[in-house]
Amino acid sequence: MTGGNGQKPVEERIGVYVCHCGSNIAGMVDVQEVAEWAASRLKHRGVVIGRDYKFMCSSLGQELIEKDIKELGLTRVVVAACSPHLHEKTFRTACERAGLNPYLCELVSIREQVSWVHTDRVAATSKAKAIVSGGVERVIYHAPLQPLRVPIHPATLVVGGGIAGIQAALEIANAGYPVYLVEREPSIGGHMAQFDKTFPTLDCAACILTPRMVEAGTHPNITLLTWSNVEKVEGYVGNFTVTIRKKARKVNTDLCTGCGICQEKCPKKVIDEVYEAGLGYRKAIYTPFAQAVPKYPVIDVENCIYFEKGTCKACEKFCPTNAIDFKQEDELLTVQVGNIILATGYDIFDARKISNYGYGRLANVFTSLEMERMCNAAGPTNGQIVLRDGKTVPKAVGIIHCVGSRDRNYNNYCSVICCMQSLKFAHLVHERTGAVVYNFYIDMRTPFKDYDEFYQRILEEGTLFVRGKVAEVTDAARLPGEEGKLIIQAEDTLAGKQRRIPVDMVILSVGLEPRRDAKEVAKLFGISCSANGWFTERHPKLDPVATMTEGIFIAGCAQGPKDIPASVAQGAAAAARVLGKIQQREIELEPVRASVNQAQCSGCRICNGLCPFNAIAFHEDRMVSEINPALCQGCGTCVAACPAGAISGTGFSNEQILAQIDGLLLLNIGEEAIA
Amino acid sequence: MSEKPKFAMYWAASCGGCEIAVLNIDEKILDVDANFEVVFWPVAMDAKYKDLEAMEDGSILLTLFNGGIRNDENEYLAKLLRRKSKILVAFGSCACEGCVPGLANLSPAEEIITTAFHTVSTDNPNGVHPQPTYKAPEGELHIPRLLPVLKTLDQVVEVDYYMPGCPPESHQIAAVIDLVIQVLQGKAELPPKGTVIGAGISTVCDECPRKRNVKTIKSFTRIFGQPLDPELCLLEQGIPCNGIATRSGCGARCPSAGAQCIGCYGPAEGVLDYGARLITAYASVVDANEPDEIERILDGIPDLVGQFYRFNLAGSLLKAGQTAWKPNGGNGR
Repeated sequence: MTGGNGQKPVEERIGVYVCHCGSNIAGMVDVQEVAEWAASRLKHRGVVIGRDYKFMCSSLGQELIEKDIKELGLTRVVVAACSPHLHEKTFRTACERAGLNPYLCELVSIREQVSWVHTDRVAATSKAKAIVSGGVERVIYHAPLQPLRVPIHPATLVVGGGIAGIQAALEIANAGYPVYLVEREPSIGGHMAQFDKTFPTLDCAACILTPRMVEAGTHPNITLLTWSNVEKVEGYVGNFTVTIRKKARKVNTDLCTGCGICQEKCPKKVIDEVYEAGLGYRKAIYTPFAQAVPKYPVIDVENCIYFEKGTCKACEKFCPTNAIDFKQEDELLTVQVGNIILATGYDIFDARKISNYGYGRLANVFTSLEMERMCNAAGPTNGQIVLRDGKTVPKAVGIIHCVGSRDRNYNNYCSVICCMQSLKFAHLVHERTGAVVYNFYIDMRTPFKDYDEFYQRILEEGTLFVRGKVAEVTDAARLPGEEGKLIIQAEDTLAGKQRRIPVDMVILSVGLEPRRDAKEVAKLFGISCSANGWFTERHPKLDPVATMTEGIFIAGCAQGPKDIPASVAQGAAAAARVLGKIQQREIELEPVRASVNQAQCSGCRICNGLCPFNAIAFHEDRMVSEINPALCQGCGTCVAACPAGAISGTGFSNEQILAQIDGLLLLNIGEEAIA
Repeated sequence: MSEKPKFAMYWAASCGGCEIAVLNIDEKILDVDANFEVVFWPVAMDAKYKDLEAMEDGSILLTLFNGGIRNDENEYLAKLLRRKSKILVAFGSCACEGCVPGLANLSPAEEIITTAFHTVSTDNPNGVHPQPTYKAPEGELHIPRLLPVLKTLDQVVEVDYYMPGCPPESHQIAAVIDLVIQVLQGKAELPPKGTVIGAGISTVCDECPRKRNVKTIKSFTRIFGQPLDPELCLLEQGIPCNGIATRSGCGARCPSAGAQCIGCYGPAEGVLDYGARLITAYASVVDANEPDEIERILDGIPDLVGQFYRFNLAGSLLKAGQTAWKPNGGNGR
């Protein structure tokens, strides 16, 4: 049957504006020719004017369009320039200023889709013409639309209780708005709570972090939800409905005073893989560390003797306030929030993957996180830097930089913090053991405030530096003096020779990696990840804490490796963005929405379960489905799925898409025009 | 007699079911006779092409054309009848969208002949191979030549109305004939040109009595071999029922009787490409996330073309054997 759209008789007056973008477009596309071509060859399709201009997005460029709308009575505008991502809003606003509905403007990309990806000027110019032609055919079918306005719920969800999340939560709470701070571990604090000293100032991590943790824990505007996971996110900017699973602590927090007797009496010791990085123990009922916020412990059901064998209950017996509740169940909370900040942090690179460095095989090879715990006065060795035997003080220590970073076999990127972290370890080892310290580095990266001064200081302390990639760490002695030692085999690229350096202890400065579940988390919140797995920001330079999903922001290492000051800055920045939204009280939403043609809908219910925003309701009485335009985000899932073709998306109707294809294929003019 | 408006019906590449369906309108056929002069209907009466050729252009009021355009004879008659008729109706699935004969578009014409005449299932001891022309003692004989692909009627000539179905339901035929008679009597108006007549604009689900829920599919299966819930939507039970994308009008006869809709009424009003629509719809409700699991579920549909394009291949965007577009815009629209 007749499938196509059939060309609509053109009553529109269309203006075509082709941007040079300096030489960005004009360098590969003959923009003047494209503009003239559109004006002459697409005249019968309603094009009344075609212009090219150096920078269409400049005030003068915009005024050009506004003037034509007023003087030539344009009813549609096509701008051929960059991606709609960048300047769609600019040109829509220009149209609006001239009295034209902003949605009657179509921005087609001849930069990202043409000039930047082609090398043949003639072909690129032809393609630009085709793209303009597609835009012209499409814009004929545009309809004037009105933006939707929705209120912004004043509460915010912050996911991740590390320093970035804490900072974000405090900024918003201090401004007077409610925050739900969700953390999956029993305490907030994140990685920073594991550290001993922070570079380059060497102030104690706990001393600067714990006051913030306490403030977050006691703030009247912050609802702290630790030992909790976000299970479901529905809705859209301004009106998210979030389901949070509060895992059963098996401790009644109304009664618990955090005295710690239960932890003392619990007979079951468990290796603490999380907080102590496997270097120390905790009990089956535990708080990860003494300053944990909140103070309430959790029972690790998998390791608890009572849950395993049905007897013990030592904690219950000794608890002075009867706070132990073995029957406590997980709780599902549903909260309403207007915005969400994801500060879910990072995982460390698994050093076992580089088997030639011996981690997990050679006892005295440590990771940087283990080293942090070892240096920490409250850590498993009370701050003593010793070998795996727990007593021997090393006389020579090798620190290897870039483990799992800047390495095409593992991660290509630089993990940012490892150089400074390694320098910090060099200082601490030197200070506490007097050992000779060797740092093996590829390039020394100390770019921020006072960082390079710290490097100079470490150099002056007598730490030895070998520039080159370590090939291997081995305990196989070949030369006298190597017996019983770990030998680091490395190329010294400055001296231009191979070195074998025997040491007692090796510290692997492991890189940062996205959380193992980052992709699932991204999916849950409807944002995207980079190829490496870091959350993708809306713009790498100009919008680093927003995402492509309105109302979802990111902060800290979840977005990419960064140090503490940068994480804190991002937490605060994300909070500022959220506060800006809350202050607006309501927000304008793109009126791109799906709708169901009720006469064509047979109520087959294919679409009913598909909507990520739960915007589709099924009317049992009339046997039809209907879309709630306030909930619909215009994603198009249901439009694609509807087997009856009864659902259409505003701005992306079949007519618009087919017309654009016809235009792209130049079916609107004829064969000779392609040349 | 001669003042009565003229009626014609023709049978191109099709099975003949459409003719039977017309006769199935029972005594209503007498109304046809009372209101029309049947001038050309090879199945029902003797008529020669030369008689048709001799008629004045536009002299036939109504022509029901069933069958696709498979050979040069079909094409000639389609063009001839177009010229002679005021109203040309693509009648039945073959004329509208190619139907089962259109599935042959998956193979080159020569391969079709080879398969028909020279494979093990054909008893052809003398290796007879059909020739378009043959010099017989009586003179040169001709048989029609196969076209490279089967085309729908509107891919060859302009069509005024479409009447879907394989075959169209008799009650729908009767209703359309009633309508035309009312138009003749000035009691009704013809619908706009290009309208699909004798059918609804929704889908078969609209007429299906089965209960339905939010759909998720964990596996596809076939209607035999396991007990099916007689009241629940077949698709929800894993039976690949095409009712969701198929035009309403048949009364949902197959799903009501416990068999899945195979799509003979063609794409619903809003559907551009029937198979593509079905594929996206099925894919949307397959309840799995692991690639292997998805693969396993989809393997439950053994014949993808048969499932999704049984009636629609020639009329689909795929068309087969034909370029999707021509630079001069002559893409059949």
